Amino acid sequence: MDLSGLRGGAPVPDDRPQSTPVTSSEAPSPNAGSRRNRDDAADPLHLTGNRLPRWVPWAIAVGSIILGLLVQVTGITVVGVAPGCVAAFAFLQVQTATSWTVEGRRHATDRLATTLIYTTFVLALVPLLWILITVIAKGLSVFSPEFFTSTMRNVNPRAEGGGIAHAFLGTLEQVGIAALIAVPIGVLAAIYLVEFGKGKFAYWISFFVDVMTGIPSIVAGLFIYTALILTGVLEQSGLAAGLALAILMLPVIVRATEEMLRIVPNELREGALALGVPKWKVILRIVIPTAISGIITGVMLAVARVAGETAPLLLVTFLAQDMNPNPVSGSQASLPTFVWDQISRGTPASVDRAWGGALALILFVLVMYAGARIIAKIYAPKAR
Amino acid sequence: MSKQIDLVDLDIYYGDFLAVQGVNLTVRANSVMSFIGPSGCGKSTVLRSINRMHEVIPGAHVKGEVNLDGENLYGPNVDPVLVRRTIGMVFQRPNPFPTMSIADNVIAGLKLEKDKKRKESMDEIVEKSLRGANLWEEVKDRLKRPGASLSGGQQQRLCIARAIAVEPQVLLMDEPCSALDPISTLAIEDLIRELKDRYTIIIVTHNMQQAGRVSDDTAFFNLSGIGKPGHLIEVGPTAQIFSHPECKQTEDYIAGRFG
Repeated sequence: MDLSGLRGGAPVPDDRPQSTPVTSSEAPSPNAGSRRNRDDAADPLHLTGNRLPRWVPWAIAVGSIILGLLVQVTGITVVGVAPGCVAAFAFLQVQTATSWTVEGRRHATDRLATTLIYTTFVLALVPLLWILITVIAKGLSVFSPEFFTSTMRNVNPRAEGGGIAHAFLGTLEQVGIAALIAVPIGVLAAIYLVEFGKGKFAYWISFFVDVMTGIPSIVAGLFIYTALILTGVLEQSGLAAGLALAILMLPVIVRATEEMLRIVPNELREGALALGVPKWKVILRIVIPTAISGIITGVMLAVARVAGETAPLLLVTFLAQDMNPNPVSGSQASLPTFVWDQISRGTPASVDRAWGGALALILFVLVMYAGARIIAKIYAPKAR
Repeated sequence: MSKQIDLVDLDIYYGDFLAVQGVNLTVRANSVMSFIGPSGCGKSTVLRSINRMHEVIPGAHVKGEVNLDGENLYGPNVDPVLVRRTIGMVFQRPNPFPTMSIADNVIAGLKLEKDKKRKESMDEIVEKSLRGANLWEEVKDRLKRPGASLSGGQQQRLCIARAIAVEPQVLLMDEPCSALDPISTLAIEDLIRELKDRYTIIIVTHNMQQAGRVSDDTAFFNLSGIGKPGHLIEVGPTAQIFSHPECKQTEDYIAGRFG
């Protein structure tokens, strides 16, 4: 229904009368239409052509926005998105037409493609910024020292107060356990695949890593639940959650590390081998240091990915309102399950706490990621 | 301290594919031998088989013998790591280790694999090796800077310094100047002539003038067709190969009539 503003009869006739004068007034050359209108004597090779002045696209953009606003004011369309669409559509048409007339087809295509690429870039940023702004706006209101230091013990869902200390500790422990298991296994598996793996065995490992990448998180949770909890090996606990998260982390780490190791030039391996360095030392002292910054980034992305997992945690450790620092015994809270829990309670106070928990989770991931970038920067090979 | 190399009936394979067939060749101690021949004739393959770098490629193996002062490098219980420490190698493209400084690059082979017999300090080895590679004056004030900050020619000399720091007895060079400008090439050729006093050197080159300038002996390789194995066609003193080659093929190649 947003498109009605574009397809309907009204805006398009509105657009035409505006675009035509713009085209003719902004074209700098009197004989617009001919692409090679310079003096042949001055430029016998035809190496110069007409270019639009730099301000023209901006002028068209401003004109298009004004047009969009006009559409809004005249009330022809009521939907809020429509003016933006009209403006964008008008800009594309007018700019392409102007450029085609003055500069020729190739430049017009170039400008059209450039505009589309910038537009998609901005569109891709919109949801990201939207989420960030919403979470910050709604979550910041409950942030207080108490929010970070207290638990939900004895806090009525309707009452304000309470905090995420128990959930934060749970997430730290569970993600920590997952990383402790998945990082060594994943990195070593990737080293095997890149440096040693040949033939069928490596092929199947690689294949199953790909399959694991596609495992839905709830399946990882179900697996731990049926294999370890129902059989009585573990109770519902932070450790079980860490194991489920490790399953999800593993393929991401293997793939990221593999990519990074593969881009280490073979010449470096040969150079070191030719110095009489044993292969294991070549891998440990040359290949891994060269790739370390990428490996760290990959590991951190994997950590960030599992830190927000909710479904498997609900199965294998469920919810807790109280601090439980012991990961091997009893339910443990975590940030994502805290958010889920508070949202499902549905009172204004608990929904506020849910937003606060979501913001805390985003900040946690952000801090991890920033830390990873800094560490990666320190270890990155330097050229100067 | 340099040694003589004898290749005896050497066949080199990549998997099932016979790449080079029946090479018999002697490289005298303290001499420079150049390998010439068209691309794909197996020069680099023969070179890499001399310090067992060949077998780094999956499926690659050899038949026959490579003898270093009479000791077969492909004999039982020969450790390829020790072979490579005795026979150093410089590659076509300079490959300094990007995570290491200039000084660390020079002593990389020593730091990664300690040689307890060496008494000199690391600083002494750095200076000695860089002087040996004619690079000391250019880099002595910036030894802590990354190896990748040097120019291409300097990087290649850094790689030579790195190779001679482990005190090998033989130095293999696989087109060491093909990525370098004429001035850097001159520096490396001068260096090769100096290094000859201490090492046995084999250099692969596509540049006939270079072969003529630096080498005492020249070996010409050729292959009879695509998919056929390469052969050693002729070997002899460089002056003779370039003026009175015995084989028509050699003469044609050197005269630029093919290849």
